[in-house]
Amino acid sequence: MLKRKRIYFGVIIGPIVAVLSLLSMAYGVSDVFKDNIYDVGALKPRDSVPKLEVGDKAPEFTLPSVSGERVSLSQYLNKKNVVISFVPAAWTPVCSDQWPGYNIIKNIFDKYDALLIGITVDNIPTLHAWTNQMGDLWFPVLSDFWPHGAVADKFGVLRSDGTSERALFVIDKRGVIQYINIHDINKRPPLEDLVKELQKLGK
Amino acid sequence: MTKKCLLLLAAMAMCLPLFASPILASIAPPEEGGVLPMINLQVPQSDAARNYLGLSGEGFFTIPQIKAKVVIVEIFSMYCPHCQWEAPKVNELYWAVEKDSDLKGQIKIIGIGAGNSSYEVGIFRDNYQIPFPLFPDEDFIIHEAVGQVRTPYFIGVKINADGSHAVFYSKEGGFQEPLQFLKLILNLSGL
Repeated sequence: MLKRKRIYFGVIIGPIVAVLSLLSMAYGVSDVFKDNIYDVGALKPRDSVPKLEVGDKAPEFTLPSVSGERVSLSQYLNKKNVVISFVPAAWTPVCSDQWPGYNIIKNIFDKYDALLIGITVDNIPTLHAWTNQMGDLWFPVLSDFWPHGAVADKFGVLRSDGTSERALFVIDKRGVIQYINIHDINKRPPLEDLVKELQKLGK
Repeated sequence: MTKKCLLLLAAMAMCLPLFASPILASIAPPEEGGVLPMINLQVPQSDAARNYLGLSGEGFFTIPQIKAKVVIVEIFSMYCPHCQWEAPKVNELYWAVEKDSDLKGQIKIIGIGAGNSSYEVGIFRDNYQIPFPLFPDEDFIIHEAVGQVRTPYFIGVKINADGSHAVFYSKEGGFQEPLQFLKLILNLSGL
């Protein structure tokens, strides 16, 4: 009987709920992106196997940034709290609607002595064109293009199609992960949740 | 439930995505000359915002209930770069109205944050020192009702003495020069 109920949910209720939950959502509608946003439709909310837990040491990485320099996580050790924002892909609806919001809250990151690092699996030219539409970003945007998605994979957020999850990692000054949010890829993580986690870090 | 019913429901569930887009596409933005869709906004908690809008009490209100002859509605998002760049201009428009003794009280401005929570709307307000009331639309309900417009989007509404109203301006994108936009609003509304 229980099995049959699960089948009802999986085959009938599940798709209905999934579609209805997306009916009222319209991300990436800023006029600045015009018709350049590619609608990926509704995706499987999560498609990776977590590899890290709160309390783990964050994996070290070095990646090229859009502005030209290479950025390593270790360069912030004992200096800054770090928030890593993985977004799935450039020129997609929700992703295009996430970092521009972070771009106007530098004061909040500063308050908690935190730095934001944005990472996608796109290459540098693509990221250059995409982030140019967002204005001057105060945080580094890194390309995890080659070896493709290697850093996303280390963090356990590489999806089976080669994009990454929409994920937030808060890492304290000791390099220890204090918060992981592998969010539903179809939705933007509420800003207040991230700010609450920054508050927990203190200054 | 019979097997046939189950199969029929499963087929309907699988076809739902095919119908979803036309449903969304069928809601058009407010037309100039037409009326607003039903938009319920929560009466602001702050005295200043309630006084500005001429509202009292608690609960919900609709835009034509605002005490004004013209209401300019901006659909924005704190995540929208264009809205961020436009914010100082909209503020300038607000102050141009407030400093003109003939217009003060006649024209009111409100913003509706598409997909923004109260917290996110608050961030936008604080960041750009927005002097007029902003309202959250966290679940995109209002955004859907106004046709899922690109942001920023401006709607000009004329409110008549009998409580009826008409949309006289409905366009996406910023308005460039605030004073020229104000002139346009005055011309179109006949104020």
